[in-house]
Amino acid sequence: MNNWFKSGSPWIWMTAGSVSVALIAVLGLVALIAWRGLSFFWPADIYEFHFSDTERQTIIGEIYEREQIPVTRLSDAGADVSQIEGEFVTRYLVKIGNRELVPLDFTWILEPDVVSMDTPKDLVVLERARNGNFYGYLHDVLENGESVISSGDDIKVELRERMARALELRNEAEAISKGPIARINYELEQLRLDRRRLQLDNSYTEAAEAEIQAQEEALRAEYREIEQGLFAVRAESERDGVIMIDMRGEEVRMSMNMVLNATWANDMNLLQKWGYFFSQIGKFLTEDPRESNTEGGVFPAIFGTVFMVLLMSVIVTPFGVIAAIYLHEYAGKNSVTKLIRIAVINLAGVPSIVYGVFGLGFFVYMVGGTLDQIFYPESLPNPTFGTPGVLWSALTLAILTLPVVIVSTEEGLSRIPSAVREGSLALGATKAETIWRIILPMASPAIMTGLILAVARAAGEVAPLMLVGVVKSAPALPVDGNFPYLHLDRKFMHLGFHIYDVGFQSPNVEAARPLVYATSFLLITVIVGLNLTAIGVRNRLREKFRALEH
Amino acid sequence: MAMSKTSSQFSAGRTRLIKDRAARFGVTLGGGLVLIALLLIFFYLLYVVLPIFKSASIEEGERYAIPGSQAETILLGMEARAEVGYRVTADGRFTFFHLRTLDSERQGGEVLLESNLANTAADVTAVARASQATGDYAVGFDDGSALVIRPEFQITYPNDVRSIEPSLTKPYGEEPVVIDPQGAAIKHLAFERDGDSMMFAALTADNRIVVNRLTGRQNMMTRRFTWSSQGAEIPVRGAVGELLLTPNLRQLMVQVNGSGDQRVHIFNLQDMNDISESQIISTDGSRGAITSLALLAGESSLMIGHDSGYISQWFEVSGDGERQFQPIRSFNLEAPVADIVPEQYRRSFYAVAATGEVGIYHTTSQRELFKGSPAGVAIEQVAVGPRANYLAGISDGELHIMVLNNEHPEVSWSGIWGQVWYENYDEPGYTWQSTSGSDSFEPKFSLVPISFGTIKAAFYAMLIAVPIGLAAAVYTAYFMTPALRKVVKPTIEIMEALPTVILGFLAGLWLAPLIENQLPGFIAFMLLLPLSILLAAFAWHLMPKNIRNKVTDGRAAMLLIPVVLLVGWGSFAMSSTLELWFFEGDTRGYLTNTLGIDFDQRNALIVGIAMGFAVIPTIFSIAEDAVFSVPKHLSSGSLALGATDWQTLTRVVLLTASPGIFSAVMMGLGRAVGETMIVLMATGNTPIMDWNIFEGMRTLSANIAVEMPESEVGSTHYRILFLAAFVLFVFTFAFNTVAEFVRQRLREKYSSM
Repeated sequence: MNNWFKSGSPWIWMTAGSVSVALIAVLGLVALIAWRGLSFFWPADIYEFHFSDTERQTIIGEIYEREQIPVTRLSDAGADVSQIEGEFVTRYLVKIGNRELVPLDFTWILEPDVVSMDTPKDLVVLERARNGNFYGYLHDVLENGESVISSGDDIKVELRERMARALELRNEAEAISKGPIARINYELEQLRLDRRRLQLDNSYTEAAEAEIQAQEEALRAEYREIEQGLFAVRAESERDGVIMIDMRGEEVRMSMNMVLNATWANDMNLLQKWGYFFSQIGKFLTEDPRESNTEGGVFPAIFGTVFMVLLMSVIVTPFGVIAAIYLHEYAGKNSVTKLIRIAVINLAGVPSIVYGVFGLGFFVYMVGGTLDQIFYPESLPNPTFGTPGVLWSALTLAILTLPVVIVSTEEGLSRIPSAVREGSLALGATKAETIWRIILPMASPAIMTGLILAVARAAGEVAPLMLVGVVKSAPALPVDGNFPYLHLDRKFMHLGFHIYDVGFQSPNVEAARPLVYATSFLLITVIVGLNLTAIGVRNRLREKFRALEH
Repeated sequence: MAMSKTSSQFSAGRTRLIKDRAARFGVTLGGGLVLIALLLIFFYLLYVVLPIFKSASIEEGERYAIPGSQAETILLGMEARAEVGYRVTADGRFTFFHLRTLDSERQGGEVLLESNLANTAADVTAVARASQATGDYAVGFDDGSALVIRPEFQITYPNDVRSIEPSLTKPYGEEPVVIDPQGAAIKHLAFERDGDSMMFAALTADNRIVVNRLTGRQNMMTRRFTWSSQGAEIPVRGAVGELLLTPNLRQLMVQVNGSGDQRVHIFNLQDMNDISESQIISTDGSRGAITSLALLAGESSLMIGHDSGYISQWFEVSGDGERQFQPIRSFNLEAPVADIVPEQYRRSFYAVAATGEVGIYHTTSQRELFKGSPAGVAIEQVAVGPRANYLAGISDGELHIMVLNNEHPEVSWSGIWGQVWYENYDEPGYTWQSTSGSDSFEPKFSLVPISFGTIKAAFYAMLIAVPIGLAAAVYTAYFMTPALRKVVKPTIEIMEALPTVILGFLAGLWLAPLIENQLPGFIAFMLLLPLSILLAAFAWHLMPKNIRNKVTDGRAAMLLIPVVLLVGWGSFAMSSTLELWFFEGDTRGYLTNTLGIDFDQRNALIVGIAMGFAVIPTIFSIAEDAVFSVPKHLSSGSLALGATDWQTLTRVVLLTASPGIFSAVMMGLGRAVGETMIVLMATGNTPIMDWNIFEGMRTLSANIAVEMPESEVGSTHYRILFLAAFVLFVFTFAFNTVAEFVRQRLREKYSSM
């Protein structure tokens, strides 16, 4: 034993233990998020709880969490524990939905209180446009308030058909309000700005006024017409309705255009469950959020993240590559080079929030404020670029990720054998030509690696974005059909901020938590995927040049 | 052949050469941009921060003969934009005038409106300003009566030009109220209103103090007030000077100049039938006579000015069960104090010396912002604009309008980093409380609690990250089989890429409740883990040799994974049982009630774990490189001389790699100090100063993230947040630069080996 200790072997094992802990932490973390994030899409069984206390009302819902708690804690909290045997008791957290009918859409249930837990096949979950899920039994399908069908197997078919119709009309209405109506509002705003601009230039003549007024009038007329169409579609979508029976046994009537989806989760076979699973993932990726981000999809956040990151790449790549070329190909061994290297290291190490503060002060208020005064005096005092937006976010993150691109590109450059450079120079090419024609193409995978790493970093960064442009809910995407199509001054949504906002700022954190896990999983997939790609590209590059050297 | 080069070839060569030069120039510039970017950040932050340390300055503006009546000026004031000024003169006239020249039609000094204050022929002998936002004044007459007046300013836009239309109203009745039934002239007056009561306190010409409380009822129809009055007389010994009333109508402060002793008497006015003296402040005779009293904005600080130029601040501090005025800090004007004019919203005050000099001070930051003759003029009387951007001073029959630059008096270096005694606090302390609902709030900008929070969070993170990160690095670099290392290293390094918002979210919403519920299990895990690893190692040691040889030390990490998982599962599974055994079934309650340790759900432990995991890959990656790049011949030599693996590691390899390891720790520290999202989400963000692992903190970075979106651009708060960012920048700059230098030296050392 003593010898064993003297050999140092136990300490080696302790260091090995650290590796195990670190590995478990990484893999466990990813696994936890993957499990929680993906199970959000899986159709959960819906339970009907009956209680031993016959006075107590039946509860219908999904089991959200189970936990073992000591009985003493219950008795400390003032509960009656005389009926409970043993030291621990199982407690369920049940999501009962029906938010408009009950004070809280979650409830705790103690296992000993429950007489039976059933999963009746005809229990249905309605996904709704407002007030979250509805759990209950389908009772009746209505058309213009009259019952169409109230029993039999056909009721499901009927419901699905009418739901699809209502959904289609709903989408049509949404397309109208997001399409032509948004365009007219945008054009009216542009006309207002035109008028203001003319006034500021002192060239606001009566002729100009008449022209602007005529255009405004035309737009308003068009607006009224479209609005009529919109109202008609909306009215049409409200034709059908449905009557449900909730857990209190009461009939609840709702309009069909509120119902987005109906699922008989207890009546699905495995194949149907997988189908549901993938269709839910699809919806999550392509739909807009609902209910102040706590339900629905994350499409605008994906779009915002991708758009901002692309913009950032366009900015950061040339600067990063040029700086790397300077450091590796041109810089002499002098103090300036040393200073620049220290600058690169420090840019990489400065906390991201400092970039946010800098971006807010310098880009938004100083540069943006100046731009507004020069180019957009007509919309003042409303700022155009003098307020956080996607352009400033991209610029801020470009500085933040600059060192990533520099370091990666430089590594790529250093792997190119000097024989290649010397060969090119010996053949009479200038240094610039050598770099442009020979070195850069060879280093392009390294540049790619750097860019991928920069994108991964930018996609996960939240703190600086909170200051320079991200919002919890952007009214419009930075790209739309209105001239000039790209709106770099707009604010945008971001996956990382979405996680923070929904997880910590939303009124109903419990209900939103699965969505946060799902969003986290999405973000982690993207970022880990990007990183693995970068590592792959880098390794391939290394192999390639190893072959060149021998 | 050489001669056959044509001129076009030459020119092509020249273009190529020019292109080459241009490329060199462009690339050099691009390289320099990195340096410029860093310098830009540094200097921009500094540029925003620096104004908070600037002193006040006063620039000469206009000057003109005093407008209106030629009688003595009793009151001088101006409205918020400092466009219109007003005067009350001893002959009972009230004058509005253009304070500044705005355009050719609005010349400074031009009288706008002039009226008599009252229908009596009485002279005005005293004036008092009420602290309410309505800007009421009470004027006292020489017949023992007083009148409340309110200068009002209506902003109109005729022809799109903003213009201010002043008017004088008398909100509580047109007729003066009788204060002294004996009709003696009022020498000094104090006035305040609170709800439906108002109170006058007056010193009469025959040295009596008369207090009058008026309780009013407004007639709904006529909107006229009817007042019921309750008067009292307060006896004093000695010559009475100035009077002050607190806005809650509870205290009256009376300045008394005795022979050789200087006193301020505080009277309790809560019961008008029984006015009692609650405290006598006597000041040191060597300070000279008390010459001036004033209440600062917020009306809890009493400023006492002396003949010697000494100005002291007093406010109530509770001690021995009652609240008593205590001297807090002092300033020195170095000339006899003639008058103290407080600013309307901030804790700044303007002291006018009998010699015509002016001193500008701020109490919280204890700063002297200005001292001297403003614009070279000896001032007799001064008025400060409500927004503290203009001064109006009377000097030698002329009115001088001066531009005042006093943007950030609230902050001083000692106020940010030292203890400050804030109003309503019982002792000096470090406090961060930047905003509040009320206008007269005293902002508390001490960066100490949030810097402390930053260090606390970084400390607990490093406590977890350094042992795990370094041990893992050493093992991976030195013991692990190459094949395994190829997989393990990138796996741990990919952790660095995980967005911290996800770590923070998991820490706040998953880990924090988990540890709160399973604290005994977690503690058991921390204790059992090293023990069980040792046990597993020993068990392995006892295994037959042929099995042991199959899995060498290089694969021990894989072998231990199930052990760690098992211990983890076991510890948490028995958490509830442990809780019943050791903590009476309720760990949280036990900690708080029995051990007296406060417990927050989101605490330093959670931050330590979450941020520790964010920092592990940084430390691991750099340290692993350092250990791995120790030349093989060093360790081989040591092993050949008979040292064991462990001896070689600790005596040779680690020593050689120590600069790299140091650099890794510094880099990790830099990251932990600046991390925002994890601390933002995994702590309660309360700026407390306590090392308790079960309580939260607020860090510099989280503070910026929380408060920056709400701060007004250019305000002191905004600049202080920039200062916080600057501090972070400098912190991490230092860590990173040191780490980089160390690493450079290491590299040079190895290249020579």
